[in-house]
Amino acid sequence: MTDEPKPTRARRSPLALVTERVVEVLIHVSGFSAILFVFGIFFFVFKEGAPFLSKLDWMQFLFSSEWIPTSSVQPKYGAWALIVGTMSVTVLGMLIAVPFGLGAAVFVSEFCTGRLKETLKIVIELLAAIPSVVWGFIGLKVMSPLIISVFQVPVGVNLFNAAILLALMSVPIMVSIGEDALKAVPDTYREAALALGATRWQTIYRVLIPAGRNGLLAAVLLGVGRAIGETMAVLMATGHAVKIPHSIFDPVRTLTATIAAELGETSQGSPHYQVLFLIGVLLFSITFVVNLAADLIVKGVRRQ
Amino acid sequence: MSDDSQFCITTRDLSLWYAKFQALKQVNLNIRQGLITSLIGPSGCGKTTLLRCFNRVNERCGYVTTTGEIRILDKNIYDPDVSLISLRKAIGMVFQRPNPLPISVYENVVFGLRIHSEGGVKKSELDAAVEVALTEVGLWTDLKDRLNDKAVGLQLEQQQKLCIARLLPLKPEIILMDEPCSALDVDGTRAIEELMFSLKGRYTMVIVTHNMMQARRSSDECIFMLMGEVVEHSRTEELFLTPKNAKTAEYIEGRYG
Ligand SMILES: Nc1ncnc2c1ncn2[C@@H]1O[C@H](COP(=O)(O)OP(=O)(O)OP(=O)(O)O)[C@@H](O)[C@H]1O
Ligand SMILES: [Mg+2]
Repeated sequence: MTDEPKPTRARRSPLALVTERVVEVLIHVSGFSAILFVFGIFFFVFKEGAPFLSKLDWMQFLFSSEWIPTSSVQPKYGAWALIVGTMSVTVLGMLIAVPFGLGAAVFVSEFCTGRLKETLKIVIELLAAIPSVVWGFIGLKVMSPLIISVFQVPVGVNLFNAAILLALMSVPIMVSIGEDALKAVPDTYREAALALGATRWQTIYRVLIPAGRNGLLAAVLLGVGRAIGETMAVLMATGHAVKIPHSIFDPVRTLTATIAAELGETSQGSPHYQVLFLIGVLLFSITFVVNLAADLIVKGVRRQ
Repeated sequence: MSDDSQFCITTRDLSLWYAKFQALKQVNLNIRQGLITSLIGPSGCGKTTLLRCFNRVNERCGYVTTTGEIRILDKNIYDPDVSLISLRKAIGMVFQRPNPLPISVYENVVFGLRIHSEGGVKKSELDAAVEVALTEVGLWTDLKDRLNDKAVGLQLEQQQKLCIARLLPLKPEIILMDEPCSALDVDGTRAIEELMFSLKGRYTMVIVTHNMMQARRSSDECIFMLMGEVVEHSRTEELFLTPKNAKTAEYIEGRYG
């Protein structure tokens, strides 16, 4: 046969080849830059805080709740109350968000079809796109008066208020990732259970949740990551008081909000400035661990 | 019709549409109790669709409409008072690709018992049911020490046997099989066919198959379908040796398929 097609490469113009090379290199660069940026950020945050490491009283930093960084006599850098603040807001937020988020994921994936499903997914994505400062407004102007009148408490900006905001912010992530996880469960499992006479609910809790367990867990962890790192909404809605909360209606302050509120007022290189950066490192480590856990779990899903 | 009681599944003018597309046209069938009936026909002729009418799993897709009636054990399964759950308990289904649930072998076998009993079943009963069911399908000796292994890790043939085994504790009347051997090799196919023989008599079995040799070997009666219609239904040897319809003859001679 004489009319065999020529290899395509020969027909390409030199320009096309060059463009291809360039695009290839650009893609590589952007891939590596992601890694570079993460390490770069960590490095710079750490570098700013590092000089204070040797002077830092670790016991005080981690276990004292006296945060008096601006005292001219004897500044104290006890971040314990801030850590407790972050943890309590996150934990309470997740206690609210996880049932709603996973419930909604199950609802969207297993009970909705066609139009309703598409609409819900779009609404949920919109919810995820609301800037956190807007959530902060809602916390201040809507939730706060509501909490005061419903629960008869003196202040409406508190742990509970911020936890609800965090829940509202992380639910969309949990729903969309959780829905993906359920969608990834092969339909043959549903049919098998259905043909054995299982009800929809039995299929969900006996088959789908165990089968999609890892993906659902990853959804929860990504939601947690989102919640821990959140700044603006919690800055506006927690009440911003450095104290260990005794009830869910006590105001608290979080690590993130502290950095956001105080960094602008410190002079560069001062101990206060450096401690704030160490708080940043602490936060970074927490979110890193959470995300890493989520990642490893997702990998586990793929391997199955 | 004096021997009506011998019929296990009877359809009257059964038609089914996927949205606008009519996949079954006026199907009238009498399937006998205790026998193996095979459904043959070219790809896309509606075999799977018909099979999935008998336990009403077609209705999962919202756009399916069905008219006519199917009487199973003298009850129209499309009557409004029919419980889908007990219907599906009485009619087991085996799928084309083995689809054990992603849980242990043990839990797969007792899955039906668990979901159909309100207050929970005694462990001893479950253990007994597992042993009986796995013995019946010939898996007990191989798997009795691996009951807690994940079922999805078994060989395909074992998976398909397990999928049959998990129907047995519910004591179904009918077992529907949709090309149960198409994912298996020669040995697997033989093993499943032998299993079907050993279950014959106690259960009414309807199997869909693409493989005419299989239909011939394993079934008592045979139904030939074409374009959503039943062309011929008779005893297997009759259908293969003296087909009444010219289209049946062409199909079994392999002129199209
Ligand atoms: N879920 C569905 N939605 C829409 N159309 C469908 C659906 N399932 C089947 N059909 C159509 O209905 C017709 C019958 O399909 P069915 O699967 O019953 O054929 P079959 O005889 O089992 O074929 P095969 O031998 O390939 O398994 C086909 O034309 C198919 O395209
Ligand atoms: Mg089919």
